[in-house]
Amino acid sequence: MVRQELKKLVIYSFFLAIIITPMVGFKNADFDAVRVLQTLAVLIGILVLNLIVKLVRSKRPQRAPGYKAWTERARERIELIPKLYTLGGLILITAVFPVFADNYMIDVAITCLIYITLGLGLNIVVGLCGLLDLGYIAFYAVGAYTYSLLNLKLGLSFWAALPIGVVLGMTCGCIIGYPTLKMRGDYLAIVTLGFGEIIRLVLNNWDSLTAGPNGLFGMQRAALYYPTIQEGGLNWAIYNIKSLPSLYYFIYVIVILTIIGVRRLDNSRIGRAWVAIREDETAAELSGVPTTWIKLLAYALGAGFASVAGAFFAAKLSYTNPNFFLFMESCIVLCIVVLGGVGSIPGIVVAGIVLIAAPEIFRGLESYRMLAFGAIMTIMMILKPEGLIPAKRLKRELVETQANE
Amino acid sequence: MNKPPLLQLKDVHTFYDNIHALKGISLSAPQGAIVCLIGANGAGKSTTLMTICGVEPSRQGEIIFDGQPIHGLRPEQITSRGIAQSPEGRQIFPRMSVFENLEMGAFLRKDKEGIQNDMDWVFNLFPVLKDRIGQLGGTLSGGEQQMLAIGRALMARPKLLLLDEPSLGLAPKMVEKIFETIIEINQKSGTTIFLVEQNAQMALSISSLGFVMETGRIVISDKASALLENERVKKAYLGE
Repeated sequence: MVRQELKKLVIYSFFLAIIITPMVGFKNADFDAVRVLQTLAVLIGILVLNLIVKLVRSKRPQRAPGYKAWTERARERIELIPKLYTLGGLILITAVFPVFADNYMIDVAITCLIYITLGLGLNIVVGLCGLLDLGYIAFYAVGAYTYSLLNLKLGLSFWAALPIGVVLGMTCGCIIGYPTLKMRGDYLAIVTLGFGEIIRLVLNNWDSLTAGPNGLFGMQRAALYYPTIQEGGLNWAIYNIKSLPSLYYFIYVIVILTIIGVRRLDNSRIGRAWVAIREDETAAELSGVPTTWIKLLAYALGAGFASVAGAFFAAKLSYTNPNFFLFMESCIVLCIVVLGGVGSIPGIVVAGIVLIAAPEIFRGLESYRMLAFGAIMTIMMILKPEGLIPAKRLKRELVETQANE
Repeated sequence: MNKPPLLQLKDVHTFYDNIHALKGISLSAPQGAIVCLIGANGAGKSTTLMTICGVEPSRQGEIIFDGQPIHGLRPEQITSRGIAQSPEGRQIFPRMSVFENLEMGAFLRKDKEGIQNDMDWVFNLFPVLKDRIGQLGGTLSGGEQQMLAIGRALMARPKLLLLDEPSLGLAPKMVEKIFETIIEINQKSGTTIFLVEQNAQMALSISSLGFVMETGRIVISDKASALLENERVKKAYLGE
């Protein structure tokens, strides 16, 4: 057992070294050996941790058949409380959060919520439909840049630009979706990865339109209009969503709407068709699922949610630049989906909070921050490979209760 | 007396890229009959079924179903016209429950009552599925998965049921049970059944017509009873 694991470890490290060295080893075209070694050390550290956790697990005594892990028991406890109270309580706590938190915490929370929106959107593509998308952040970029450009060049307000951004995002979703319809697994991942990079490179190099790496700035914030009575007449007053708490509530509403939307999709006929395609595409086709359209729809809707998040992001910062949309961001969103439990909405919410907040919490560790972050991810994946809160399909529960009656 | 056949293939050619998989297949299945297609591995039996369903579209030739040409239609259009297939290798949805699997079979149907009736009928045919209604498809035994795949195809209430190797990898007792059910489906609902089998003996004994396929061509087509007596068939497929 130990020998086997050690052997694996050596082989993995070797491959990692080959892959990673050219990526991180060069800085300004100089080969920086220290940097390589540092990076390697971090990676090997993660692998060693992996090994230790595996060993600890294998030493753990066999559990009695009725045994339930504490997470399982906690879950049962929570399920005893009526859902209304749990949900209501959560909504209440998150709603009053900005009152008690400082600006820094609110800012982190906003980032969490943005990533939760992205995670929920990607969940449609990866979690429900089973299409591995490594370039998802491109649609986020499309949303951000669409709003920025429409606002700067044409002076459109946030609310006017939002639908255009969503439509454009969905169109991009279909553009990447169409040629990849026949692809599965690895090939699909590579193509989507390429697509994500193309979008970023276009944004980076199309100087005349996107101002290249300098990015765009000076966009108006999203604004709310409300009626007031001043100087005798009824007027529309403008409230700019600019302060951190107001931005928080704005994205909060977006997240809640996204959750409702994704939930409804999940439980719809379309949701079932997505899951069927994920499970077995040929069988789905034979059952009469129009796989082409349903897959395109998954891409389009997933991209739509990302565009909304992107437009919000651009309006929040009033600044955007291509380096916000690196491949790494796609990875983080994918991690949120996988870590949370593929297809599980509460899981994605929790994972979004954990993955975005964790690097902030570890700031005290300074340069070992990312190591701690990687370690947390590794440990989580080993301890709960099915995700933090595995998806439970609603229908099945219903049927089981029917069958037991 | 001479009803037009429910399904008719005329000189159908199918390619996988450059590989000529079906080299001009012609066959027909009469209304209400059980028809079987036998042949060795790689002869093109499964391809024939996939071509009928539109998953692997034919490049040439005609497929007539119920008096209408269906070649060139998309799979979901073909399914909605009344052709359902239980694919080879028990391709069920492993992480969906038995109930959800059956529900997927009725994906294109909107008549709730009819769906409920058909589900009851499927449970009647395969009582074991009812016991496992909430269980995930992937956790069923091989035989149960085969039943589920057939049940799912039946949920589309097809006029023509295509079965791809329902006996594959099953214990002899289970094979017998599956074939009994196939006869029952045919007799009780009048569904025409197109059976693809390696188990030639079994398949021919319940069919009225049989076709023998070799490397993309139909080499013999005859009454099933005649095929059972045919020297060539005996030698190649019945192991006598």
